[in-house]
Amino acid sequence: MSLLAENGPQNGPDNAAGTDAGGAASADGLRLAGLTKRYPNGFTAVQGLDLEVPRGSFIALLGPSGCGKTTTLRMVAGLERPTAGTITLAGSDITHAKPHQRPVNTVFQNYALFPHLDIFENVAFGLRRRKVKDVEAQVRDMLDLVELDTQARKRPAQLSGGQQQRVALARALINQPEVLLLDEPLGALDLKLRRSMQLEIKRIQMEVGLTFMHVTHDQEEAMTMADTVAVMNAGVIEQMGAPSELYENPRSTFVANFLGQSNLIEGTVLSRAADVVTVDMHGVQVSVPTARVHTDGDRGWVGIRPEKVLIGGEGEALDAPGNTIPGGVVTDVSFVGVSTLYQVRMPWGQELAVFSQNTGRTRMFRTGERVELSWRPEYAFLLDIHQSAAAGVEQGDDD
Amino acid sequence: MPAARWVREHLVLLLGLAVLAYTFVPIAVVVLMSFNDPAARNVYSFDGFTLHNWADICEDPSMCKALGLSFRIGLLSTLVATTLGTLAAFALVRHDFIGRSSANLLIFLPMAAPEIVMGSSLLTLFVASGASGHLGFWTIFIAHVMFCLSFVVVTVRSRLAGMDDTLEQAAADLYATPSQTFWRVTFPLVFPGILGAALLSFSLSFDDFIVTNLNSGNSTTFPMYVWGAYRVGVPMQVNVIGTIMFVVSIAIVVIGELNSRRRSRALA
Amino acid sequence: MAAGVRRRGKVGYLLMVPATLWLLVFFVVPFYSLVATSLFDPSGSDFRGYDMTYHWQNYADVLQAYWRPFLRSIWYAALATLICLVLGYVLAYAIAFKAGRWKNLLLVLVIAPFFTSFLVRTLSWQLILSDHGWVVRSLQFVHLLGPEDRLLATPAAIVAGLAYNFLPFMVLPLFASIDKIDPRLVEASSDLYANPFVGFFKVTWPLSLPGVVSGTLLTFIPAAGDYINAEFLGSTNQRVIGNVIQGQFVDANNAPVAASLSVLLMLIIVAMVLVYVRRAGTEELL
Repeated sequence: MSLLAENGPQNGPDNAAGTDAGGAASADGLRLAGLTKRYPNGFTAVQGLDLEVPRGSFIALLGPSGCGKTTTLRMVAGLERPTAGTITLAGSDITHAKPHQRPVNTVFQNYALFPHLDIFENVAFGLRRRKVKDVEAQVRDMLDLVELDTQARKRPAQLSGGQQQRVALARALINQPEVLLLDEPLGALDLKLRRSMQLEIKRIQMEVGLTFMHVTHDQEEAMTMADTVAVMNAGVIEQMGAPSELYENPRSTFVANFLGQSNLIEGTVLSRAADVVTVDMHGVQVSVPTARVHTDGDRGWVGIRPEKVLIGGEGEALDAPGNTIPGGVVTDVSFVGVSTLYQVRMPWGQELAVFSQNTGRTRMFRTGERVELSWRPEYAFLLDIHQSAAAGVEQGDDD
Repeated sequence: MPAARWVREHLVLLLGLAVLAYTFVPIAVVVLMSFNDPAARNVYSFDGFTLHNWADICEDPSMCKALGLSFRIGLLSTLVATTLGTLAAFALVRHDFIGRSSANLLIFLPMAAPEIVMGSSLLTLFVASGASGHLGFWTIFIAHVMFCLSFVVVTVRSRLAGMDDTLEQAAADLYATPSQTFWRVTFPLVFPGILGAALLSFSLSFDDFIVTNLNSGNSTTFPMYVWGAYRVGVPMQVNVIGTIMFVVSIAIVVIGELNSRRRSRALA
Repeated sequence: MAAGVRRRGKVGYLLMVPATLWLLVFFVVPFYSLVATSLFDPSGSDFRGYDMTYHWQNYADVLQAYWRPFLRSIWYAALATLICLVLGYVLAYAIAFKAGRWKNLLLVLVIAPFFTSFLVRTLSWQLILSDHGWVVRSLQFVHLLGPEDRLLATPAAIVAGLAYNFLPFMVLPLFASIDKIDPRLVEASSDLYANPFVGFFKVTWPLSLPGVVSGTLLTFIPAAGDYINAEFLGSTNQRVIGNVIQGQFVDANNAPVAASLSVLLMLIIVAMVLVYVRRAGTEELL
């Protein structure tokens, strides 16, 4: 099964886990099975992780700090010994292989360039250790690829952060590893440089066609670069899939809040039909497509992204058949330029966020105005009521 | 008035520079006196300019003999102290073993003990073990390694602790075996610390008087020579040696600094 | 991060053993032998040997005979440490906060004079402070010194010599501490307290305390045991304890007396250091 799932909100659930594969991909790509890391102090960083990464794909492990994503990466690199589970790469078990015996290379968070060697020798380091011939030409080619051919004889300290980052990338890439690991490689760069490096790394990955595994806590970075994003929380993968799929159809409150922002409203399931589930939400009936329902319980969180919510004056006809909630009062208005963010207090006391594109077709509302909210049923999702509505909030954008 | 204002704004810096200047006053006197042509045996003034002291450094052969002994002891004890101390620093930073904190304390104590106490206790040991008749080169060497060790450990340890350990992980990640990682990455990066420790060790050994004086028997190191000569009038060549020591150590520091700057500047 | 984990296993022991053995045999064991020697019967000699008689009387005897040199050593060292603290603080502060890109050069210059032999530079002070030197003559000229007054062979000269010789031991730890202080804190304090002196004592000084503690210890301890300055810059009226110990060992051949003096000196220093460290509120020495 490929993880490179087609986009779209409808085909998520059965495509997301990626643990049921066992065929062609495992012989070729990276496979983690039941991978667990428990520290002597009892802390479990990674808990029975299963993951299948086909060759040539670009996967991002995304999660807040302490979620186990870096530990997972370090276990693949061999810098950390798993407590249990296996790591299989290109068909061979490397669970207990030493770092220098694995066809895996890492771009470290702080780059870890050797300060006593020049750029050329830094890039050549892996080739020389493996006694590869023709080092000179390969290093030149690689420096060309990362556009550092004129800097070959400089020391790392003389380069800018972005240049050092590219050296670190070149030093790992030149070895043609089965998997290239990137440990928050852009964390030290400023925002603008980070954006351009994201595209640059993506370009290089497509050019060389190697498997990239990227660890980050920056959701935008993960979604921009990776084909597949695995959202991790507390040592397990919460959900995995194509970026748009994760965003449009989150399966847990953590994913709903960590990737972007979500309104989560408590509701009681009234009926379950073949293709639609009807939910009573504080007296208002809304419907959720069955494919987007991720709970079997009688109650659940009705989730809706703020930009999917339409806002209108009382009694105003809105283009959103099905789910309309009257009785809201605007409590806060922030004008962001391309859009306006409203906080709307609902009759049951909860405040909901609404992003309204400033298309000019609708007027702006003022604080204190009475409004109605509505959304198209196909955008809503229903989550397990036992999960915390605050899971993943405020963890996404810490830097 | 702008001048007064400038002085006020830079008062701390000016005071600091004044303190610094004061530390150089005796050095200036030493350099000056190395060119002195003394009128009497006990010298309290600059009587006339001469290059004689520089031309004939070993006018008093016993001074040069003492110098030679100091050099030999300095080199040997530096070699041993730097080796043992570097090994210990690696153990303390990189390895976990029972008694690690006691070992840290043991390393710290010699730096906190007054020299006179270290020297006299070592002497009582030599006397008690029947070595009192054999005081000389080897007992001085033992003493010097003892008090240099701690300084070596501390210097190398701080260099090692300040080293980014992801560099070694990166080397392992790039197919370097553990021994390649050590010789290609760890050692070159720690080497400046080891070199600094060796220089410190040599100057501690070369300059020591109090411990040496108690454990030297009939041997005479350079500081002991100065001590012995001062009552009868120190030969001006002592100032020549002082000047040379000053110039050479400055030169080592400057060359080291220039070297690291040149290496960090672009060759390309 | 689990990256800095120390390795277990026998390699650590193997690396540690040589240095540990050397220090145990030539630093720890000698202390034992020093204490033992201090309890020997003082009627013996190096040639005839000594009898172990647990002669505690040695301590009372040496205290009675040599309490003045003891007091002098402590007193001179304390004064010198204080002077070092003032001078060293100014210097370290200037280098840390005011030197800009000259920081490294100035640090080298702080140590540079001390590469010259300890004895040679102390002799140089003797020359500078001598009765016929221009310092004394100038001071006499402006009547700060009377025609018969002198600088050499006075306690002041000894303290000045100690303060000079041990200055780097003060400056370097002070610098290490002060350099870590974020200059923005100092700016913030001048913003909050307005008065720079209040700002200094509320912010800079407390933050530099670890450096002050280790600097004063590193200065005081060697200064208390030193006798070179007292010998070169003082007179026989200013004999310090180091002088006495050396003389008893080497010239008078009276090992039990010298050993009990050494033990006492160590005990006094340890006691003072403990009290001081406790009061300064930091257990971290280096």
